[in-house]
Amino acid sequence: MHPAIQGLLTIAFGVGGCVGYFYFSNLVLDRVIFPARGVHIARNIRRANMIRPWLFLLPALLALGLYLAYPVVETLRLSVTERVPGGGSEFVGLANYQQMLAEAKFWEALQNNFLWLLVVPAASTAFGLLAAQLTDRLAWGNIAKSLIFMPMAISFVGAAVIWKLVYDARPEGTDQIGVLNAVYIYFGGDGPMQWLTIPFWNSFFLMMVLIWIQTGFAMVILSAALRGIPEETVEAAIVDGAGPFQIFFKIKVPQIMDTIVVVWTTITIVVLKVFDIVFAMTNGQWETQVLANYMYDKLFRANDWGVGSASAMVIMLLVLPILVWNVYNARREMR
Amino acid sequence: MTVIAGEKPALIWALRLSVVLLVGLWLFPTLGLLVSSFRTSDQIATSGWWRAMFPSEQNLTLRTDPPSAQVQEGDLYVIEGRLFAEGTESAISAWGTSAREPAAYQPGETAELRRGGTLTVTEDGAYRLESTEEISGKRGPRVFVTATVPPEFTLENYETVLVSGNATDNMAKAFFNTLTVTIPATIIPILVAAFAAYALAWMEFPGRALLVAAIVGLLVVPLQLALIPLLKFHNEIGIGKGYIGVWMAHTGFGLPLAIYLLRNYIVGIPRDIIENARVDGATDFMIFVRIILPLSFPALASFAIFQFLWTWNDLLVAMVFLIDATGETTVMTKQIVELLGTRGGNWEILATSAFVSIAVPLAVFFAMQKYLVRGLLAGSVK
Repeated sequence: MHPAIQGLLTIAFGVGGCVGYFYFSNLVLDRVIFPARGVHIARNIRRANMIRPWLFLLPALLALGLYLAYPVVETLRLSVTERVPGGGSEFVGLANYQQMLAEAKFWEALQNNFLWLLVVPAASTAFGLLAAQLTDRLAWGNIAKSLIFMPMAISFVGAAVIWKLVYDARPEGTDQIGVLNAVYIYFGGDGPMQWLTIPFWNSFFLMMVLIWIQTGFAMVILSAALRGIPEETVEAAIVDGAGPFQIFFKIKVPQIMDTIVVVWTTITIVVLKVFDIVFAMTNGQWETQVLANYMYDKLFRANDWGVGSASAMVIMLLVLPILVWNVYNARREMR
Repeated sequence: MTVIAGEKPALIWALRLSVVLLVGLWLFPTLGLLVSSFRTSDQIATSGWWRAMFPSEQNLTLRTDPPSAQVQEGDLYVIEGRLFAEGTESAISAWGTSAREPAAYQPGETAELRRGGTLTVTEDGAYRLESTEEISGKRGPRVFVTATVPPEFTLENYETVLVSGNATDNMAKAFFNTLTVTIPATIIPILVAAFAAYALAWMEFPGRALLVAAIVGLLVVPLQLALIPLLKFHNEIGIGKGYIGVWMAHTGFGLPLAIYLLRNYIVGIPRDIIENARVDGATDFMIFVRIILPLSFPALASFAIFQFLWTWNDLLVAMVFLIDATGETTVMTKQIVELLGTRGGNWEILATSAFVSIAVPLAVFFAMQKYLVRGLLAGSVK
């Protein structure tokens, strides 16, 4: 069968099943279980309306529970167990964590993750703020914004290919096809550099890819926040003789501080989960390992569920403060 | 643009210039890939893509026509022709007949060939090879030229990647696989989330506030945690690795944001509309289908774009839940990663494949940008 036809069939099956559930479950509720007719019409409608929310919620609750809530508990359980040869598993306490903490690669991943957490959200937010402010009053600002925002649509893998070309190195003496080496040699660098194999600094070359992607996101949100600043405050500052830099840093930035924090946190979450970039560009070689990739390595290459789950719990631990803060804010808003 | 009080004209120029610089910097890497995907592998390997746009000076090794093309003029044997294909406007600045001295002669000069005879090459690539004896051999003598060659672009790479390439190069199957993953994985979570969001926004039932809080919490749970427990679960219920599993996974991972975005939007729909419909005897299901769905189109569209981009661009979920040993269900991102490993040097294939895979999201992005931005703003800022 042609893959296109096969694809169409599977699509029809999947989407059809989903539409069918909602349609028929409501039909059954209204016509069969609690029909809106006969002597008990009022009671039946009331009962149907008590059940209906759960009918609407059921698939979502199932999916959320199964795909997000249950794995948190299950991964926690797996992280304290070890697979026994021949099937089954046994409780081993914190042995997996001890084994993980003893590995140099884990500490390298943790250290790199902290570097990423330090650099990427800060740089993306800063570039985003800069771009938002610069394009704010330009006639062609929206076009400029679209172009800076564009990398958001590109996959991490696509971005990895794009940047590998930028970092590419050719043997000395031949024309460089990677922009970075071409520029480096043009400005008197001695010989082409294999940028991705220089320990410590190569992490920054990988981070550059994520910064490039995330800046557009930060820019869009921050520029909406900048637009929301009341004109009077800026005008008052101008009347008082403030220069453009003073206006920006002392009037505008403090007013959008809340938004900056939101952007910062969102990018932080992205950084904690980032996997594709490292996987595609270096696969953790040359000391570029990060937690998410370390975890993938343990789970699917070393086939060690225990240590893999333990490192997943470390990622969860790092996200936890943001989770608590989010829930706290949401509950405050609901009131 | 009007001059605003407190801004000097010089500053405005500095501002414009820095925006141009910033945009250029952000666009440059992608442009490189796009240009590279239209070049031949030789061109990519020998010169930077930024030179591809302009005529460039290149050192080429060419051959005259083979001896079979020779004609007899009196007692001279002559081969005449052009070194470049018809229609190309290349200009030769120097040429030679041996690899050791590739620039020994100026255009218009005549060189003695080692095997006898003389060769004259003019600036536009026309040559005349003369010999007093019959020229033998299968191929014409080599000519080394330094020439300014106009930019040349080809669609050959796209042909290889989409139609004619072998199993590793051809992306057609992976393209359809990606679509098969993406379309249901976009539609199903929207449907599920819209019903749930409506229930959370407008239906009265115990535990509603708690559910909303739980969903906000789940927003940040890293999907890495889900990999092992769910892979085990999928194997236990017998769906193993396949489309159904990957749709379910994408649905689960996309739901918190979808419900959150849609609920925020649906809560904002005026209460009167819904209550009027109830008075007229509409059931919740009818209200949802006839009123809520059409009214919340902007929110649905913005989430649809997000989910589409994520599922299209996803690598991890597909690697864990979809791609099995047969490789029948490989998606594009995975195939590109494999190409990066095996064909790291073949930039023409790599660049073209990557561009095929980012073309669809880019098209969606530019067509639907309005909704994308709206969704971002609704989700992140209050």
